[in-house]
This record gives sequence, structure tokens and C-alpha cells, in this order.
Amino acid sequence: MSSSTQTSAAGAATEAPARNRRVRRLTGRDRIVLGIMVAVPTLIQLTLVWIPTLLSIALSFTRWNGLDLADIKPAGAANYQFVAEDYPPFWPAVQHNVLWLVFLAVIATPLGLLLAVLLDQQIKGSKIYQSIFFTPVMLSLALIGIIWQLFYNRDNGLLNFLLGTAGTPAAVDWFGDSSVNIWAALFAATWRHAGYVMILYLAGLKGVDPSLREAAALDGANATQTFFRVVFPAMRPVNIVIIVITIIESLRAFDIVYVINRGTNGLELISALVIQNLVGEGQVIGVGSALAVILLVISLVPITWYLARTFNKGAAE
Amino acid sequence: MSIPVATPAETVHAAVPVGSKRKRHYGTHIFLTVMAVIWLIPLVWSLFTALRPKADTDKYGYFSLQGTFNFDNFIQAWSQGGFSRYFWNSVLITVPTVLLTLFFASLMAFAVSRFNWKFNITLLVMFTAGNLLPPQVLAAPLFEMFKHFNLPYWFSDSGNLLNTYISVIAVDMAFQIGFVTFVLSNYMKALSADLTEAALVDGASVWTQYWSIIMPLTRPALAAMATLEVIFIYNDFFWPLLFIQSGDRLPVTTAINNLQGNFLSNYNLIAAGAMITAIPTLIIYVILQRHFVAGLTLGSSKG
Repeated sequence: MSSSTQTSAAGAATEAPARNRRVRRLTGRDRIVLGIMVAVPTLIQLTLVWIPTLLSIALSFTRWNGLDLADIKPAGAANYQFVAEDYPPFWPAVQHNVLWLVFLAVIATPLGLLLAVLLDQQIKGSKIYQSIFFTPVMLSLALIGIIWQLFYNRDNGLLNFLLGTAGTPAAVDWFGDSSVNIWAALFAATWRHAGYVMILYLAGLKGVDPSLREAAALDGANATQTFFRVVFPAMRPVNIVIIVITIIESLRAFDIVYVINRGTNGLELISALVIQNLVGEGQVIGVGSALAVILLVISLVPITWYLARTFNKGAAE
Repeated sequence: MSIPVATPAETVHAAVPVGSKRKRHYGTHIFLTVMAVIWLIPLVWSLFTALRPKADTDKYGYFSLQGTFNFDNFIQAWSQGGFSRYFWNSVLITVPTVLLTLFFASLMAFAVSRFNWKFNITLLVMFTAGNLLPPQVLAAPLFEMFKHFNLPYWFSDSGNLLNTYISVIAVDMAFQIGFVTFVLSNYMKALSADLTEAALVDGASVWTQYWSIIMPLTRPALAAMATLEVIFIYNDFFWPLLFIQSGDRLPVTTAINNLQGNFLSNYNLIAAGAMITAIPTLIIYVILQRHFVAGLTLGSSKG
């Protein structure tokens, strides 16, 4: 790895003589140091992220119980066929992941944006409001699951008390009832996501050139027009990041449902199904990997979109 | 392109004529207050429950104000739940992970941002993409890789890398290096080329440029990343769940999953345990809020 980067580095330097930071002028020792600086993190990244990703793809076409390496048998696309046709939790999980994405995109993210816009004005106590909305972002999703469990509890939870149903047969076990628990989990996830979006948009709003707003005001635009036609488009870099975060978060959603009931009974998510097939007695590595690859392929769409935008722009500069 | 995000704030606010919009904010305040109350309810409810003895909640019910308020549940949860051990486990995982992540990411960021060579963009893309993958995608291969990585029993009682902190530290680090490299390289790119150019003319080695020139100037970004990563790693639930089988080796965030089983349905103790787990992050938030927010926005400002 290091030797190849060094030779190519020298090549790049001759191609771009205008740049000051030419590798060619470095001594042999410096090149070795630079090679190590690149090689070690790259090796870590390859061994623990990219090679496992490729292995996931490979394992998804095999049948294996996870015990002896010699037992790995080719299975063709059988795992994918099984997942799509004979694995009952799969399609509910896909629906829940889509619902998660739609909920975050339609409720949580706009709520975060709204909070940011309101708090960006000069209002009293803006810092206090920000601190309150931001606090859940500091907490782990596992802890959020537990805190909301106390709130949602059937007999002793605050929500049933506030609704007046506590202690009556009408009391709802918000995390246990499979017809409502996905919504209950989504509210808990929103609690964290909206604060996260808010803080990113607050930074984004502060980065918008004030002269843009002044120009819009001079042209007679009202506050709503100014925001949607001038300020919001000007925050394009932040918007892209938020879109990616929203999509990725909805694919990564795992901790909350795992804490509640390991992702079963109304809370199936693809990520949780991957783990259910990997741990425990009946290890079905092939099926788990097929689910992981499905998750990977979906994730690569927003990741590629984001990277293309980020690095194409960077290269053009 | 990154740190400047924080600075224009003052100029923006200075430019807006003070008082011109003041009177129109009643509706905003009502909305924000309602939202803030809703936001605080789950936390306040947990704290309220945690502060009440079980005997009182049994007697008066959970929805009452009678009875005493004290920290007995915290003390009992701490000792009965084994929190001192879990916190120590969290320290053993978080400290090496954050230090190694910052070190390796700064090396990589320095190499790709201060020198011009063919594959630096390619590698940076690869690093950034790796950080965005859902961890579950890698779960099976990593678990099996570690399980089949044989070690002597004096080193690991499982005979392989499972159930060791090394496995959690290595994977947490590999995942976070991508993000930190991305942020630090943007920061380092913004530093003037003349700084290292002059050093190069003076015959300073690459290592000297990195350690004595670039790293000290990157300190604000490093502080922000360190704060952010401490929170990220402390809050990581998934990797210890996958790799560590012995309950007494779990870090606190993963261990709270067992809280409900350990404390049966003693909600007062569960609430106290939850609050104990939140305390370290809330302390960091109060003390280092600026760094934390800077870290989050550093990652997003370069779109």
C-alpha cells in the first residue's frame, strides 16, 4: 500500500507543477514517514470496514451456522429468496424502515428546522431553549428507550395518567402493543433527531450572508418568502448534510427498538433482523448477511449521492 | 470553511437592528415554551420517579406529590446495579478509542490535506463513506473474524478476540476515523500553505511539520472532535452488545439494557439507573457544550 502511494504521489506532483506542496521535493525518509501516515489508517479502514463489507456480500451467498469455516456451503441466491418469500418479519421490517424515514423526513426534520428558524431570531432566552432541545442529543438511543419506557409504561407511565387511562382497562402499553409501538418509538426518536437538526440548522442560518436577507427585504419579500426563496436555498450545503443524516439515521435505527423488545412484535427493522439472525442459538449467517447486504445497497444510494456532491465540488474548487 | 461557521454569528446579530422585531415574538415564545415543556417531560418524569422511595410510590401511586424525596434510589441503584464496574469499563473503552482515533485520523488528514498526490481524494472518499455505513452491515463478518482469531488463553479467556475490549476499541476506532479524518482534513486544508512551505525550505521533516506546525494550529478542531468522540463512544450501544458476552465487562450504555431485568419492575431504581447513566454526558455537555456543538457543525458545514 505505502509503496504504491509513494510512486503515484511523485507522479501526481509532476502533473501538477503549479502546486506548492510537491511530494517530489521530499527526501526519502520523509516519503517513508508520509507513506506510514497514510498506510496505517488505511489498513485499519480496509481491515475493519471495507473487507468485512465485501465478506458480508460473500457470506450472503452461502449457508453457514457460524461454527467451522469448512462448513461454509455455497447457496446461490437462496438466502435472498428465503428473505423475500418465506421470512415473515422481512416485509414488515421494510415497511417500518420506510415509515421511520418518512416520519423523520416529514415530522422530525422540519420540526428541527422550525425550532432553528425561531431560535435564530433575536428572542429572549434563546440559549435556554436551545439547551433544552439539544439535551436529548447527548443521550444514547439506548438510554432514550429506557427513559421513554418509563413515560409510556402501561400502569405507571405518565402518558396513561395524562390521558386519564392509567389503571383502567383502556390503558395502553405504548411500547408493548404492536399496533402503536412503532409510533411510540418514532416519537422517542424524534425527541433526539429534532434537536440534532436544530443545532445544524442554527449553524447553517448563521452562515447565511445577511446582505441576502436585506436585498430580499428591499425587494418587498415578506418573512416567509425571504426564508423559502432566499435563506433556505442559500443553506444548500447544510440541507444536503441533513438529508443524508435523516436517511442514514432511519437505516441505522436499531438501539431504541433493541432496548424495547429486540426488534420484534411490531418493531421489526432490517438492522434488528440482521442481528437476530447472527446471535443466539440458531445462527443463520447467510440469512443475516443477505439482510445486511440489502441494508448496504439501500445505504449506498444516499452515501454515493452525498459523496458525489461533496467531493465533486471540492475537486472543482 | 468550518470554524468560521461560529464567528459570523456575532456579525449577523449585530447587523439586525435591535428592537425592530421584538414585539412580534409572543406567539413564538408560547410555541417554544410549550415545546420546551414537552421536551423536558420525559427527563423530568424520570428524575421525579428516581427521587421518590419505592415505598412512597407504592403507597401514594406514581402520580402523586406526597411522600419524601431523596437520593436513596441512586445509592441503591449504584451499588446493586454494579455501576462502578460499568463506568470503569466505559472508561477502558472510551479513552483508548478516542486517543487512537484522533491520532490516526490526524495523520491521515495531514497527509491528504497538506500534500498533493494522486489517490488522496479516493482515500478520503473511502474513509468518509465507511463512516456512513450502518454498523449492522459489518456485524457478521467482524464477529466471525474475531471469533476465528485465536489468541492464547492467558491473553483472552475466550481464546479469541471476542469478549475483549480490543475488539470494541478497534471497531469503534475504525468507524470513527473516517469522520474525524474528513473533518480534520477540511480544517487543515484551510491552514495557509506558506506555514509548511517555509518549514520545508528550512529543512523541517514531514514529522516536524505535522507535530510542531500543523497539530498545534489544529487544536480547536481536535478539542471539538475529542469532545464529540467521547460522547459518541460512551453512547455506543451496538459494538459492545455484539462483541462482549460477559455481562460484567459491558460498558454502561450497553449494560443499561439489562437494567430492567436486574431491577425487575422497580421503576424507581430503573429511573435512578437511567439518570446515573445520563450524568457523565450531561456534565460534559455543561462544561464543554461549545466544543461539542462546534464538533457537530464542523462535520456539516463543508457540504
